[in-house]
Amino acid sequence: MTNSTPPILSVRNLTTSFRTERGWITAVDDVSFDLAPGETLGIVGESGCGKTVTSKSVMRLLPEHLSRIDARSRIFFRETNLAHAPEKVMRTIRGKRIAMIFQEPMTSLNPVFRIGWQIEEALRYHTELNSHERRDRIVEMLRLVEIPNPEKRIDEYPHQLSGGMRQRVMIAMALCCEPDVLIADEPTTALDVTIQAQILALMNQLKEKLGTAIILITHNLGVVAQVCDRVMVMYAGRAVESASVAEIFHHPRHPYTSALLASIPKAGGKHKGQRLHAIPGIVPSLFELPKGCRFQDRCDYKQQRCVDEEPDLIPHDIEDHPVRCHFPLPAKPTVNGRPIRPHPVP
Amino acid sequence: MWAYILRKLLYNIPVYLGIILVMMLALRVSDPVAAYLGKNATQQEINVKRTEMGLDRPFIVQYATFVGQIVTFDFSEQGWNNKTSVGKQLASSIPPSLAITVPSLVTSALISMTVALIAAFYRGRFPDKFLMFISVLGMSISFLVYVILGQYWGAFLPQQRLNTDVFAVAVSAGADVSDPWFFLRPNKWVYYCMLPVIINVIVTMGYDTRYYRAVMVEETNRDYIVTARAKGATRRKIMFVHMLKNAMIPIITHLMITLPFLIAGSVVLEMYFLIPGMGRTLINAIVNKDFPVIQGFTAVLAAIFIVSNILTDVLYALVDPRVRLS
Repeated sequence: MTNSTPPILSVRNLTTSFRTERGWITAVDDVSFDLAPGETLGIVGESGCGKTVTSKSVMRLLPEHLSRIDARSRIFFRETNLAHAPEKVMRTIRGKRIAMIFQEPMTSLNPVFRIGWQIEEALRYHTELNSHERRDRIVEMLRLVEIPNPEKRIDEYPHQLSGGMRQRVMIAMALCCEPDVLIADEPTTALDVTIQAQILALMNQLKEKLGTAIILITHNLGVVAQVCDRVMVMYAGRAVESASVAEIFHHPRHPYTSALLASIPKAGGKHKGQRLHAIPGIVPSLFELPKGCRFQDRCDYKQQRCVDEEPDLIPHDIEDHPVRCHFPLPAKPTVNGRPIRPHPVP
Repeated sequence: MWAYILRKLLYNIPVYLGIILVMMLALRVSDPVAAYLGKNATQQEINVKRTEMGLDRPFIVQYATFVGQIVTFDFSEQGWNNKTSVGKQLASSIPPSLAITVPSLVTSALISMTVALIAAFYRGRFPDKFLMFISVLGMSISFLVYVILGQYWGAFLPQQRLNTDVFAVAVSAGADVSDPWFFLRPNKWVYYCMLPVIINVIVTMGYDTRYYRAVMVEETNRDYIVTARAKGATRRKIMFVHMLKNAMIPIITHLMITLPFLIAGSVVLEMYFLIPGMGRTLINAIVNKDFPVIQGFTAVLAAIFIVSNILTDVLYALVDPRVRLS
C-alpha cells in the first residue's frame, strides 16, 4: 500500500534473548517488519509471544546485563542501525524520534513530580525552547490530548488524575517532541471500555493531525480493527502472519490467526447462545520449543510435515501477505461458492 | 501545612496520655518503695517513704498530678539516690547524648546513602558486589567488638606507643563534667566523642547501606523509570532525580525510626565510654531503683518518640505529594 515511500523503521531478523537461571532463551526469534511513514502497524498475539520485547528492543529499553540482541539483527531508523547503537545515540532517538507509551498509566508516571515537569523533561532534552516556550508547548499538548483546564492540570500530580487522564498525559509526553514513530504497548488494556474507545479515537485523530507512524501492540483484535493499517501476528517469539487489516480479518491464512478471530465475542446474530470459541492448549514454553511448527500442538490442521520441519514466513501465492504455515488456509475460502469461516470486522 | 501539623499534634495527645498511663501502671506492678528500700526495711519505714512520695494516693490522683507536672514542665521532683531533681538530671544528660547521636546520625545517613547509591548504580557488577560484601561483613561483627577494638586501637595503643593523645579511651573519673555543655566544646568533643561517633557510624552503616540499596534497587525496577528512559533521560538523571526522590520516602521513615533510639542514647556506647548521657543515667536509675528518675525519663523519651513521629509525617508530606493535606 505504501510501497513507493521508503519505510521509516525497518526491522530485520530481530532476535532478542534473555539470560535466565536455565540459560539463554530467545523471546523474539528472527522477526522482520517495515513501518512506512504515517502508517499504523498492529502487533498481535497472546501474552508472552514477544510483542513487548520486540518494541522494547527497538527502543533498546531492555536491561543490558540480562538481555542481548543478536548480532545479525538490524533495526534501521532511516539510515541509522539502532540494534547495536551506543547509549549516547539512543538518547537522541528516544523521546525525540521514537516515543513510547505503556500499558499501565497508573504506574508509568513518576508519582512525586508534577505532570508538567514530567512532560517538560522531554522538551528539555530534545528542544532548544526556553522555559516560557516549553510551558506554552505543554499546555498546547495537554489541550491536544483533550485534557480540560490544561493551565491548571499542568501543576497537578499523577495521583490527582484518573487512569484515562494519565494515559492522555503519557500520549502528550510522547508526542511533545513530534516523533516520527510512536510505539504504543497495550495503551488501552488497563483502561475501562469507554475510556479505551476515547483513547483510541484520540490516537486515530492525532495520527492524522501529526502524521506519526504508530506501532500498536495489543492482544485485542477489536483495537486492531479500529486503528491499524497492517497487522503482524506473533506466536511464541515468531511472526506467523502479516497482512493488511482487511486481509487478516477477511482471509486469515494461518490457523492461529483464524482461531484468534474465531475467539472474538460477537454481539447477537446467529452465534447467540453458543459457547465462545477458545484455542485449546497453551503456548509452548520457550525452553521446550517443538522441532517443527510452534503452533502444532494446538492446530486443527496438523500434518506429519508440521512436526518435522518448521515452516518459513513466505507469501504463499499472495503478495503482501506472508504466512508461516506449510498448509495455509485458502486465500478466499469458499464452499459451494460461499465463504466459510466468516470473520466480520468487530 | 500548619493545619496539617496542628492536626497531627492533636491526634497524638491521646496517644501520649495512653503511653503515660501504661508506663505508670507498669511501674507500680511491684511495689517500687519496697524494692528501693530492700528486704531489711520495716513496714513502717516503707509506709513513711510511700506517704512522702505520694504513692499512697489513689492511682487516678497520681496520674493527674504527673500529667500536670509534664504539661507544666515541672520536673522538680527529687531523685531518691543523689538529691538532684529529675529536671536537673535531664538537663545535664541530654547534651552529652546529643553530642554523640546527632553527628552519628548525620554522618552515617550521608555515608550510607552515598554508598547505597554507588551500589545501586552499578547493580550486579563488581562495585556493587564488593560494597555489599563489606556491608555484610561489617554487619556480622558484634557491636562490642567494635567498641573494644576501637578503644584499643583508636585510643589506647596510640597513647602507649606513639604518645599521641588524640582520643580518650573513656571519660576519666577526674574530668569535671558538671557543665552539661562540656562535651559540646570543639576540643572536648573531638577528644571524648569523636571515637564513639566513628564506632557508631561503622556499626550502623552495614545494615543501613544494605537497606537503602534494596530500597533504591526496588525503585529502579518501577515503570516510571522505563518511562524516563523512553524520554531520553540519562542514567544519572534517572538515578539522582527520578529514583532518589521516590526512594527518600522509605529512607526518611527508616531514619526517623532510629532517631528516638539515638536520642535515648546509645546505651552501650555511653556505658563503655563513661559518657553521662541519657542512656547511662536511665540505666543507673534502673539499677538503683530510683523511681522518680525512671518515671520522668520514660515520660520524656515517650514525648521524643511522638515528636519524631510527627516530624516523619511532616517530612512525608514534603516529599510525597500523595500525602499532602489530605
